Amino acid sequence: MEETVQQYTSVFAKPKNLRRRKIVNSTMLFLCVVAAIISILPLFYIFFYTTKSGISSLNWDFFTQMPKPVGEAGGGMANGIIGTLILVSLGSVIGIPVGVMAGIYVTEYSGGLFSNLVKFVTDVLSGVPSIIIGIFAYGVIVIPMQGFSTIAGSFALGILMVPTITRITEEMLKLVPQSLREASLALGVSRWKTTLQIVLRTASGGIITGILLAIARAAGETAPLLFTAFGNRFWSTDLNQPIASLPVQIFNYAISPFEDWHNQAWAGALVLILLVFVVNLIVRIVTRDKFANKV
Amino acid sequence: MFQDSIDAREAFGWKFIFSNEWDPVKEKFGALPFIFGTVVSSVLALLLALPVSIGVAVFLNEIVNKTLRTPLSFLIEILAAIPSIIYGFWGIFVLAPFMRSTVQPFLQSTLGFLPFFKGTPYGTGLLTAAIILAIMITPIITAITRDVLKAIPTAQREAAYALGATKWEAIKMALLNARSGILGASVLGLGRAIGETMAVTMVIGNRAEISASLFEPAYTMASVIANEFAEASGNLHVSALIEVGLILFAVTFIINSFARLLIYSFTRKTEGK
Repeated sequence: MEETVQQYTSVFAKPKNLRRRKIVNSTMLFLCVVAAIISILPLFYIFFYTTKSGISSLNWDFFTQMPKPVGEAGGGMANGIIGTLILVSLGSVIGIPVGVMAGIYVTEYSGGLFSNLVKFVTDVLSGVPSIIIGIFAYGVIVIPMQGFSTIAGSFALGILMVPTITRITEEMLKLVPQSLREASLALGVSRWKTTLQIVLRTASGGIITGILLAIARAAGETAPLLFTAFGNRFWSTDLNQPIASLPVQIFNYAISPFEDWHNQAWAGALVLILLVFVVNLIVRIVTRDKFANKV
Repeated sequence: MFQDSIDAREAFGWKFIFSNEWDPVKEKFGALPFIFGTVVSSVLALLLALPVSIGVAVFLNEIVNKTLRTPLSFLIEILAAIPSIIYGFWGIFVLAPFMRSTVQPFLQSTLGFLPFFKGTPYGTGLLTAAIILAIMITPIITAITRDVLKAIPTAQREAAYALGATKWEAIKMALLNARSGILGASVLGLGRAIGETMAVTMVIGNRAEISASLFEPAYTMASVIANEFAEASGNLHVSALIEVGLILFAVTFIINSFARLLIYSFTRKTEGK
């Protein structure tokens, strides 16, 4: 404490004009407010612009029709939507168990060097560019299978989901009171059963929201799909074939020169934004209840 | 990936990193333009995003009351969650025309004597990419800066007030004490910017050239992979692209590890107090 006091007195010891200090004070505080406004301005702009441009093409056809050739109005992205659904659900099959189990390991069986290493690696993995994950999936699956495929795309998405899910699982398990674990163990319940049926069940609400977040993120990913799932103009549900996905389709339409396609892409963007928005809102509400209960 | 890039490494060796020729037709590959584009756009983005992020973090943590804080931090979280493809799309159709018609001519007329602002304002280019990136990394820097600021003990701020400091002076103290954590946050943001693919690909203009002007189109490591990988012809081309990916991976890995270690050591230090 003494040290801190000295630190401060040394700064304020210089006789400064109070008025100037006050002016500096209000200027800087004002700049902080400006920064806050600047930072959320793009959000509103993007939201507004996407809605404005996408709403006209967002109708029932968009969800049920196949893409039309250039020049013909109408059509939809049914293949992209179903493709994204397939890719994300298969990705979840890979990503959720691995993510949740890694999270359990880190919190419930922690202490060793290895669990710290796992923690560090997940943190770093969450910063690895998604396109690199795409190349990895390409090397592991596309090359041996000699062709772009749904499996490769889901694999890439699955890997992408792992860090997010591990992180949230870890946070949520930490919130489970230690006494609950002790009570269960005291009743003679074995360690793994305690973990699975008591701890995991208590934290399940939070973990599910984490999974939702990861799914929403994976659904919007484009880069790793470009050369794994590749995209497809036609209806396909074959796992060994290239498959369409909403983000890749938006990308291809967005860089095309056709007005019709741009509108379609805006509609797709609107769908993605709404998905992200709704999922985040749910997560917010659920986790707020969690924290309220805790206090 | 190391294994898959063997062709390119054998063919070009270290020259790969320093050569600025990229010509798939002649099968000559050098990654320098991509490294240049990546570094310039990311660093520029960080310079733009850092002051804003610190401002937002201070605003959310120290100034605003709880009723406004919750929705605001929610909005910033959403900003982080929007898929990058949408940023890119918005960048092409809204930001790039705006840059072309308003921002770039303005910069040219006021600061045109600098080499950074010469050349034709296309709209797309390094500067536009940097702005999009800045928007995208602001939420993450803000979030971590907020955590770091929270870790600074309240007693320090109270001590500052007790000595007659104004609010800003107290905040400045907290920021100074949090500087290593904030450094970690910005390095993490930099890592994010370096790896960002789709949005940058759509607005940077995609031309493998090195130029001093920020208006000129450029290329980044991530976007060359995104653009050429699926249709790469010939083993050498694929392998060169994978080597670009390898460089990108190594860079982001080092940057992220460094950032994480900084943040870990910072939070541990303050927790220990």
